[in-house]
Amino acid sequence: MSEAINRQVDHSHMQVSDQVAIDIRKMNKWYGTFHVLRDIDLTVYQGERIVIAGPSGSGKSTLIRCINRLEEHQAGHISVDGVELTSDIKNIDKVRSEVGMVFQHFNLFPHLTVLENCTLAPIWVRKTPKREAEATAMHFLEKVKIPDQAHKYPGQLSGGQQQRVAIARSLCMQPKIMLFDEPTSALDPEMIKEVLDTMIQLAEEGMTMICVTHEMGFAQAVANRVIFMDQGQIVEQNTPTEFFNNPKSERTKLFLSQILGH
Amino acid sequence: MSDTHAETVSFVRDTMLPSAPPPATQAGAVHWLRENLFAGPINTVLTIIGALIIWFLFSHYWDWFAHSVWNANSLSECRQIILETWGEGARGACFAVIRERWNQYVFGFYPPELYWRPTMAAGLLIVALVPVLFSSSLTIRRAVLAITAVVTLACMVALGSPAIWLGFTAVVMAGAIFASERNLSWLLPFSMLYPLMMIWFLWGGSAWGPIFILAGPVLGWVAWRLLAGRAPMIAVLAGILVTLLFWLFLSGPAAEDAQRLLPMGIEAVRSDRFGGFLLSVTIGVAGIAMSLPLGIVLALSRQSDMFLIKSLSVVFIEFIRGVPLITLLFVASLLLNYFLPPGTNFDIILRVIIMVTIFAAAYMAEVIRGGLAALPRGQYEAADALGLDYWKAQRLIILPQALKISIPGIVSTFIGMFKDTTLVTFVGLYDPLKSMSDAVRASIEWKGIYWEPYIFVGAIFFIICFAMSRYSMYLERRLQRDHK
Repeated sequence: MSEAINRQVDHSHMQVSDQVAIDIRKMNKWYGTFHVLRDIDLTVYQGERIVIAGPSGSGKSTLIRCINRLEEHQAGHISVDGVELTSDIKNIDKVRSEVGMVFQHFNLFPHLTVLENCTLAPIWVRKTPKREAEATAMHFLEKVKIPDQAHKYPGQLSGGQQQRVAIARSLCMQPKIMLFDEPTSALDPEMIKEVLDTMIQLAEEGMTMICVTHEMGFAQAVANRVIFMDQGQIVEQNTPTEFFNNPKSERTKLFLSQILGH
Repeated sequence: MSDTHAETVSFVRDTMLPSAPPPATQAGAVHWLRENLFAGPINTVLTIIGALIIWFLFSHYWDWFAHSVWNANSLSECRQIILETWGEGARGACFAVIRERWNQYVFGFYPPELYWRPTMAAGLLIVALVPVLFSSSLTIRRAVLAITAVVTLACMVALGSPAIWLGFTAVVMAGAIFASERNLSWLLPFSMLYPLMMIWFLWGGSAWGPIFILAGPVLGWVAWRLLAGRAPMIAVLAGILVTLLFWLFLSGPAAEDAQRLLPMGIEAVRSDRFGGFLLSVTIGVAGIAMSLPLGIVLALSRQSDMFLIKSLSVVFIEFIRGVPLITLLFVASLLLNYFLPPGTNFDIILRVIIMVTIFAAAYMAEVIRGGLAALPRGQYEAADALGLDYWKAQRLIILPQALKISIPGIVSTFIGMFKDTTLVTFVGLYDPLKSMSDAVRASIEWKGIYWEPYIFVGAIFFIICFAMSRYSMYLERRLQRDHK
């Protein structure tokens, strides 16, 4: 079990509303002839914190990448905040500007400073005036605790700092939903904690989050639902307590014994 | 026993060691010599062989250079001087030909009383390039602008420029220095307009020509503006179409009419008067300026998801790259005459520039495609995930990085293209290397001179190409973002 979570998580603002944020119905996806996602049904309500776990190749990342159309689904429906994802480019752009995404390898823009990374999308997509965008960016950089690095380039920061910049960059678009695609998998153990802290802080403020992660400590502390996937299907979903203490399917039991056993 | 064991195993460091200087054998001149020249038996042997080759070349050719004559009016006079100074059987270079034929090498057959015009054009070209090339360093800008201003004005005075153009140049130079100190972006409009001005300075003629050419894009912009709200794609096409149609059918007659109503212009110089380095630099600069944007467009098209655009670009690139440049130049000089409607006067230099440009652009496209391919997929995904559309993502995220990666390749292409401008000799233009040197040798005074013109032209090409290469290395260092 990860020891990265060592503080009390404040649950007072984590309220799940009955408004639907993401609705996925009978969604299927193929890579060529390979059936990656099979009949995915998932409804995410506003304010939910969902952790998706599963062995590698189970389709976790592909699933969340379908939510902002980095991957195209071939059958079924996905609607995000009431907007149906089709090949209509207008809808895609609309969804993308409402959904923030944090990647495993940060994907910061190396030719721009930290501050420029954060202000780029607000200025060019939201048409925010530069000064205002910079103020917002500084606000979020303070929140992820690196305002002093604002004028450095990403290449000059540590992995943990880069990932926090990436989180701040997404937040600058004031998204309604945040997607995390294995945000700590490329980090040294010492840096995982600072990124998880930032994510917990975000959860405490009531952000709707979907996290693909292997940090089970984070799942137990923050998530209100854990989803277990295998072979492109949702095998089990439950509250963290039930999921970890009382897994139903054999596959989940095996997975948990593998990752919690060492 | 167990006590000693515990002492050796358990250990806590209470002070950190300071960093120490490397041992003496790892630094200094001796270290460098051992590392680079005498690192091992093979290395030592190669060093000795290399030194022998250098000595051989030096001992054989040194007297030829040492005895060179810079001041003579003909080859026979040159030989006479060498004979008198260095005695029977001495050899010597006769670089006097460069001194005597300098103007011919630089300006070709441009009217001598108008030599100031290409000089002015070259000086202002540097001014126009400053905001593009030296945007980040005020020190370099100051040096470049000051030297350019002094040299250009001095040369123009020496070449007998009229006072009005001397004044014009001085004003532009002063304005450029002012803009460079205050706000460099004030110079950008001049840089944008300069290509047209430069064409006019070089070829001269009615001032209405360039003005009406400029009107083309303005009309295109109006067309785009009118349609942009309704159909963005069609608006772009309409803008381009309006511009092209205006250029093809209207701008020429309109310029003639305007000239008749209000004559305004400078003396025209025909293309066949161009030659030497004036010709090379004109073709080279135009080709460089146009092949980069065209190459970017081709590279992006080749990566496009749209089948038609992608195939057109692939066919274009592969066809142009598969054909020798000389073939394209022959097409420019001969075949186009058959295909174009009779009576069309399509300037030969313009035709050559177009061919050189598309040739370089095809190579450029592949170089840039390499840069695009080198970018991690994550950059595209991050741009998408933030909601940037295709053009914004390309402009703000992808191209700045891809072009930076491609700088060495891009500059190589530029250098190759600039050297290829000497091939225009095959379509009857007077390039400095072959045609111009042959023309010099054809005169009675310099009949029989062989190496000196080649060495001179080669040296000038080397200086220009080496400068481009150094600039690209400076640019790479400047754009480095990894370390502090």
